[in-house]
Amino acid sequence: MSTTSIMKRRSFAGLLQNNTALGVMFMLPAGVFLLCFLTYPLGLGVWLGFTDTRIGRDGVFIGLENYRLLFDDSVFWLSVFNTILYTSVASVLKFGLGLWLALILNEKLPLKSFFRAIVLLPWVVPTVLSALAFWWIFDSQFSILSWSLIQLGLIDQPINFLGDSNNARASVIAANVWRGIPFVAISLLAGLQTISPSLQEAASLDGATSWQRFRYVTLPMLTPIIAVVMTFSVLFTFTDFQLIYVLTKGGPVNATHLMATLSFQRGIPGGQLGEGAAIAVAMIPFLLASILFSFFGLQRRKWQQGGSE
Amino acid sequence: MNVSSPANVAPVTDNVEGMGYVSNLPRRIVTIYLPLAIFVFVLLFPFYWMTITAVKPNSQLTDYENYSPFWVVGPTLDHIKYLLFETSYPGWLVNTMVVAVGATVLSLAASIFAAYAIERVRFTGSRQVGLLIFLAYLVPPSILFIPLAFIVFKFGIYDSKLALIFTYPTFLIPFCTWLLMGYFRSIPFELEESALVDGASRWQILVKIILPLAVPGLISAGIFAFTLSWNEFIYALTFIQSSENKTIPVGVLTELVRGDVFEWGSLMAGALFGSLPVVILYSFFVDYYVSSMTGAVKE
Repeated sequence: MSTTSIMKRRSFAGLLQNNTALGVMFMLPAGVFLLCFLTYPLGLGVWLGFTDTRIGRDGVFIGLENYRLLFDDSVFWLSVFNTILYTSVASVLKFGLGLWLALILNEKLPLKSFFRAIVLLPWVVPTVLSALAFWWIFDSQFSILSWSLIQLGLIDQPINFLGDSNNARASVIAANVWRGIPFVAISLLAGLQTISPSLQEAASLDGATSWQRFRYVTLPMLTPIIAVVMTFSVLFTFTDFQLIYVLTKGGPVNATHLMATLSFQRGIPGGQLGEGAAIAVAMIPFLLASILFSFFGLQRRKWQQGGSE
Repeated sequence: MNVSSPANVAPVTDNVEGMGYVSNLPRRIVTIYLPLAIFVFVLLFPFYWMTITAVKPNSQLTDYENYSPFWVVGPTLDHIKYLLFETSYPGWLVNTMVVAVGATVLSLAASIFAAYAIERVRFTGSRQVGLLIFLAYLVPPSILFIPLAFIVFKFGIYDSKLALIFTYPTFLIPFCTWLLMGYFRSIPFELEESALVDGASRWQILVKIILPLAVPGLISAGIFAFTLSWNEFIYALTFIQSSENKTIPVGVLTELVRGDVFEWGSLMAGALFGSLPVVILYSFFVDYYVSSMTGAVKE
């Protein structure tokens, strides 16, 4: 027993010296890729934001000119407002409905794994393609939603889903929530399944109502995973592009333009690469803030739970 | 956690519900089955609508007076025929497949080495590299596409499938590496130690011990990466110009939607057929999907 452990130590000692070399070699493919196509573009994007580059013409450094222009640009501020509105409303709804669905799926159900599989479908299918289905569902004349509501006698004429500013905002948020619920629900369900049923039983023996069991047992145990899931959800909602591009392309009158879609519109069809990059860079502080927020929220929770897990 | 309940006055009552073994049926119907049914209906309805539209004859498509919109009388294959024989759709399907497989294989290979190096070689700074990989996962494509378009253009691969195969790994490698790190971590160190003692090289250990044990992880990462590449939109929209190089999401949106007259039938057929490959893949590997999704979120 002691001889083998000595031998182990020796062979490890021999390897330890070239571990760094070995590690670098193994990291090389991924490292080169990420440096080339992730780190470099990230830096280049920040640089482009300070230039007046257009498609087909290299730009020159113009300092903060792009940002000054954006600062006076009401469309840009509208897109910031839209992005924040879109992200906050959609995230809250996704969280609420996702948690509800997760709690339902955590109950004893017949065909449970079947339901779980079905529920994840909206998330698996390409967003652009499901957004096309929503486009058809939100059609101004032949919307199935309008038709059903008219048949039920709730409204008199078709709803102009994507033509009116506030309707359009609500419609894109609804489509985003539809796509986002499965991710939240299935992730939280995985978290719920790690909570030991004996805790629930103990609480109910102590006379806790179902609401109390949820509030004081389930929710605190679930908080760390909620923080991570919602960080991801907020990040992806904040930088959403596909849904808006398919459903409204930012219209009507920029009412649904998000920062990502505005960045695309100014940068690629508009040809103003510098300005588009500046808008994209303007998203970074928001993203960092949400990551830090959830990171520190998570730390605090761990500490509150006495550092367990 | 102090539970402020009248625990001392009320003993355990017989109507403690929601624990599975003590709940009564009518209550379960209202609190569980009904909401579940509504959720499932809402989540699936767009797919039903997509399917029914794809096989509806044009005359019924907008005629809600004479035909119930929820059903179809005399389904037609015209839209699907049009899609397959009169548009570039089959070509886009092949492109998407090539790009998704290429990007997945490339990312998986790079990620296996990276994850193994970070998790098991434990070189100086491996923890920091692991953290950087996680942060790279959080960088969204929406802030990268403009500078990437610039780089792709400089590399001379603009408007080619290579542009997509090389740029998709920017989000696939961080994800796959992060996922595989978790799988590699769960493989006992002792196996590797005994192989080292027997004189195996790191390469042999990786190929003969770690990889066979990490097959579920590889499947999870692979199918997930494939799905993400299949669904990718913003890079494909930005880097591809010519019709023959487009992927499904871009092709359907930019070429099947034209003018003011929407051909909803063929559009929905395009959406349906574009979704089918990932849905079929998904149906075979549901558990792997769930584990990769939750694996990415854990820790």
